Amino acid sequence: MRLLLTGNYAAAYAVRDAQPDVISAYPITPQTPIIEKLAEFIDSGELKAKFVRVESEHSAMAALIGAASVGARTYTATSSQGLLYMYEVVWWAAGARLPIVMGLVTRAVGPPWNIWSDHADFYTVRDCGWVTLFAGSAQEVYDLTLIAYCVAEHKDVLLPALVAWDAFEVSHTYEPVELVEDAARLLPPKGARAPHLAAEDPASLGNLAYPEEYAETRLLMVEAARRALSVFAEAAGKFRDLTGRDYTRGYECYRCEDAEVLFVAMGSIYGEVRSAVDALRARGAPVGALKVWLYRPFPYWEVAKILEGRKVVVVLSRTASLGAMGPLAADIAAALALGGGSAKLVEFSAGVGGVDVTASDVMAMYEAALEGRGGTYFWHRR
Amino acid sequence: MSGSAAVERILARPTLGAVFSGGWRAERPVVDTSKCRLCGVCWLYCPDAAVEITEAGVVIDYNYCKGCGICARECPFKAVTMVSER
Amino acid sequence: MRGVAHRVFPREEYLLRGHVACPGCGAAIMLRHVLKALGPNTYLVIPACCTSVIAGPHPRSAFKVPVLHIAFAASAAAASGMTEALSQLGKEANVVVWAGDGGTVDIGLQALSGAAERGHNIIYICYDNEAYMNTGIQKSGSTPYGAWTTTTPSGNPGLKKDLPGIMISHRVPYVATLSPAYPNDTFAKLRKAASIKGGLKYLHALIPCPPGWRYDPSLTIELSRLAVETGVWVLYEVENGVLRLTGPSRALLDKSRRKPVIEYLKLQGRFRHLSPEDVERIQRMVDENWERLAEMLKESGKHGSKQG
Repeated sequence: MRLLLTGNYAAAYAVRDAQPDVISAYPITPQTPIIEKLAEFIDSGELKAKFVRVESEHSAMAALIGAASVGARTYTATSSQGLLYMYEVVWWAAGARLPIVMGLVTRAVGPPWNIWSDHADFYTVRDCGWVTLFAGSAQEVYDLTLIAYCVAEHKDVLLPALVAWDAFEVSHTYEPVELVEDAARLLPPKGARAPHLAAEDPASLGNLAYPEEYAETRLLMVEAARRALSVFAEAAGKFRDLTGRDYTRGYECYRCEDAEVLFVAMGSIYGEVRSAVDALRARGAPVGALKVWLYRPFPYWEVAKILEGRKVVVVLSRTASLGAMGPLAADIAAALALGGGSAKLVEFSAGVGGVDVTASDVMAMYEAALEGRGGTYFWHRR
Repeated sequence: MSGSAAVERILARPTLGAVFSGGWRAERPVVDTSKCRLCGVCWLYCPDAAVEITEAGVVIDYNYCKGCGICARECPFKAVTMVSER
Repeated sequence: MRGVAHRVFPREEYLLRGHVACPGCGAAIMLRHVLKALGPNTYLVIPACCTSVIAGPHPRSAFKVPVLHIAFAASAAAASGMTEALSQLGKEANVVVWAGDGGTVDIGLQALSGAAERGHNIIYICYDNEAYMNTGIQKSGSTPYGAWTTTTPSGNPGLKKDLPGIMISHRVPYVATLSPAYPNDTFAKLRKAASIKGGLKYLHALIPCPPGWRYDPSLTIELSRLAVETGVWVLYEVENGVLRLTGPSRALLDKSRRKPVIEYLKLQGRFRHLSPEDVERIQRMVDENWERLAEMLKESGKHGSKQG
């Protein structure tokens, strides 16, 4: 079935199709249509789930931790301030090894108040053990949300997973979305996962642990995050076999084969980057574009191979890089270093706070990147 | 380590005697069986469940009794005295 | 007490010995009583508090029921999700928050208020030792007037928050106060709470703490008893808005039957610095509280409810 959906509605449909048991969320612009649509699905009976209409985002994640610990499949969504308010328990969910799935509509962090797209909130989830994915269109939101459940609930992973997408450009823009018939075939059967907590076999989750024991829990997470790379590929493979849409490598490369200059981007900005690549190629510029879907775990060695032999790598970070290179650029730098690549690395903070980035911006960045030194720059439209 | 094995490593299981709390005491309760009426008050109020009432009488698990003295204080028959460990 | 304790109350222990509570810990006594009353089909949700540590270090737990340890502010929210999940998954069980005063009256208040308003099937128990004890005896919103804590070294200038009163205003189906000195009262109230299907049942226990209140550990039950006998702590329940005094508190509307508060205060090092004026002030506050209770009881009586 094909429907005209916004990115937010695509998320709601994917969640409906994943059949969670408990949803809990607190409204924040621009996430609200997701939870409103989910409330409608529950009301109409299309989705059989409990909706805990909590009084804050911190409570939303806490409610899902409570639910998931006894075996429920769960979902929440938030943005920016809401994510930061929830942040403490975002870490808790990962440390408790609960396969919670969250949608993040990326929005700038205040002050000043700003409701438009910026990836600052997304990057805060970089290090806490969540599997994180970035969608660039409504179709990708739908697809990656289903894949997120497959990865999170896999016995070799058991980590929470997040799918992010841009405020307004994706969240509120209508596009045709192909739904998956009987998505249940894709996801692990509900109840396949034994709950952490059951009265029949009592245990405590989250006791005080001395350093050695704590370190072991973290090592287990390190190993699970590492395995998530192949689990993602496997889940995406099953998805491709079912739908023809291929996310298996965790990234997409456009006209990369002979590119000397490679753009790297996440999210909807990639659309403009592709247009710029086509325009530049028409002028004979040897340029290509890499779009990252799977951000954590980051596929360093794969990306290192892609970066081999390039002269310049231009990373577009949709957030201000304060006092350091932005996180995506730092990961690209690590991949370059690991692979022994010698490309000049240039980062542009572009689209910060929802500022529009067009193909002509990207073409100008191409010129600027060729001219200047490597490093991190705040993009100003000329 | 995957799946239920990984989860098992992060769960703590019910353990009698998680810690040798008997080593904390400065005094230990001693029951005078001639006065004890097996009323069970000491069992009821022990914070550590270190008191058991058996057919043979009150049995205190000195591995875990912390010597708080509540049993001695609350015994209606003054059958329990706190005696220094030294 | 009628009968022998170990034949009246269930023998099975769900808080196993070898845990790391302080000697004489009131919370440990209360928790033993609570778990005996509720039985093994009970899921505990415990935020940061003394009990987070009392449970014992991973991989050993002194609990023989399932426990979810959760972040400080989040216990009522975690319990909300848990109880909805169990219901959705077709499992019936007690979902019980066991939280200290900090995690209830201060940092946890928002989540508790939300859970109460939404009416989840939860039993919420606040074990109130009247300060942030786990972090070393700092003042909380539940610290009584005049009490020494490390952050109120000259005595708390503020007044104790009335959490049961706040919960009564939330119109939850059941609110009750508890004391570790009165297990019959505790059992009746826990069993009643467990039998009420749906809605948040709020119970608040006054819990003496030897290191925090500065007294010899052997006095925990005696202090609990004195708190009730002086009228400082009132045993009552409010069921669907109707107030009833319970246990020994039933007899204490008559001021002459209440022991003077000094009997309670003088045993505690945290009140050692109180001036006679402070003690008078505290006595006045206790008496005024009883006058308010008398009014509320008259109101409850008007609704034609049966007395307990």
